[in-house]
Amino acid sequence: MLNQSMPDQAMPAGEDAALQVRNLDFFYGDFKGLSNVNLDIAHKKVTAFIGPSGCGKSTLLRTFNRMYDLYPGQRAEGQILFHGKNLLDKGQDVNLVRAKIGMVFQKPTPFPMTIYENIAFGVRLYERMSKSAMDDRVEWALKKAALWGEVKDKLQQSGLSLSGGQQQRLCIARAVAVKPEIVLLDEPTSALDPISTAKIEELINELKSDYTIAIVTHNMQQAARISDYTAFMYLGELVEFNETATIFMRPEKKQTEDYITGRFG
Amino acid sequence: MMSLYTRRIWINRIGITLSMLAMSLGLIALLWILWTLFSKGFAALSWDLFTQDTPAPGSEGGGLRNAIVGSGLILLFSMLISTPIGILAGIYLAEFGRVSKFASFTRFMTDIMLSAPSIVIGLFVYALFVATTGGFSGWAGSLALALIAIPVVVRTTENMLKLVPTSLREAAFAVGAPRWQVSLKVTLRAVKSGVVTGVLLAMARITGETAPLLFTALNNQFFSTNMAEPMGNLPVVIFQFALSPYDNWVNLAWGGALLIAFLVLAVNIAVRVVFRNKDKR
Repeated sequence: MLNQSMPDQAMPAGEDAALQVRNLDFFYGDFKGLSNVNLDIAHKKVTAFIGPSGCGKSTLLRTFNRMYDLYPGQRAEGQILFHGKNLLDKGQDVNLVRAKIGMVFQKPTPFPMTIYENIAFGVRLYERMSKSAMDDRVEWALKKAALWGEVKDKLQQSGLSLSGGQQQRLCIARAVAVKPEIVLLDEPTSALDPISTAKIEELINELKSDYTIAIVTHNMQQAARISDYTAFMYLGELVEFNETATIFMRPEKKQTEDYITGRFG
Repeated sequence: MMSLYTRRIWINRIGITLSMLAMSLGLIALLWILWTLFSKGFAALSWDLFTQDTPAPGSEGGGLRNAIVGSGLILLFSMLISTPIGILAGIYLAEFGRVSKFASFTRFMTDIMLSAPSIVIGLFVYALFVATTGGFSGWAGSLALALIAIPVVVRTTENMLKLVPTSLREAAFAVGAPRWQVSLKVTLRAVKSGVVTGVLLAMARITGETAPLLFTALNNQFFSTNMAEPMGNLPVVIFQFALSPYDNWVNLAWGGALLIAFLVLAVNIAVRVVFRNKDKR
């Protein structure tokens, strides 16, 4: 019943899509983690995925950069169109996909190297540049992530010496430095204190002028605050997808309403 | 109820007494060995030990210079061989092979190598290398010791890499890094001190190995830095001199034993320092 209504919701009206997800199924071995998901991720907008634990929202996000490829037994079927090409095709260069579609994780994961190297690492993989150009790029990325002021005097210190919130912004800077088109955020603030969370949310708001952002969050208020579109997922299916205001003010589905009003989940 | 409690107290006392007894037995043996080694070894320590070569039968004095240098060279080259092979194989097992059949086969073989008697490894190198190249040599000694060190390095490297959180590995893949870059530049770096520890422990393990050297480097009474020739080395010199009837030889064996003990001690202290620095970070 749900599946049949899905295609109508696929397109947020009048937007050009950065990613088009079509008939996506996902399997953990024999277990079906996602079932017939259809939606478009709007260009240079923030799309939030909400839903109870285990609903498949992280799974969905991890198909966008083929992160599941690292694990034998996990596979996706269907289409995720990126510039007209199916990301799920076997011939697709996964590393190139990941350079174009960056990701930031729940726990801050600075690499065990200096702050400078944390950012330069990803850039060096795809671009050859002079030392001064790299310096500029590092500064640019750190400024984008609103971290430059705090670390400009200690670029040669270990990335692990930063606080949790700073580490997470370093991870965002690292993702941005590679100049991706899309940035995926997998519960980026769930391990952070409220002040750091506020900073990251502010940052997301600024980043969306340059990047398409898809964010998974456990926090409905966060989705309401920062996103333009919200997708509500439940048991591996996309239940409802619409403009954030509509989802939170006038949800069409009973399940969505129950979830956002706290009646389950 | 009280009697149950008293009973427990008594059982506790008996348990503690037994374990203390077992501990002191072990400790007494260790202290005894160390005491003998130190008292006899220190008596043998002198400048001559480091400046003179091993004496001919029946001659006076002498030192261990040729054996110390020989041991140093053999150890150096065996670590140069085993460290890269061991680390790369460890990376393969933890990052590339993982659950594949070939990886589990390699893991199994490594475990067998770990527990293989060192004399078997000595014989193996003798049959394959010494017998075919026509002579005992420092190279053969290094090769034999490397074969013993490799599995130690492989397993510690793999175990350390397995401790790297999945999130760090995923994060490195997420910037578009190919697997070899992720392994060498991110995950290996994250466990650098653990891997260094493995290498040092492997070195400590092979420092005192005697049997494999008997079949490979043999011994050399004269000072030599030629790895293609038989080469003097501390364990074999200790073995030969300790069993000899000459007092000065026996004395030198004690001195050599003390040197090896110190080297192993130094390596173990180095391991602790490496780990402490990691904690401070």
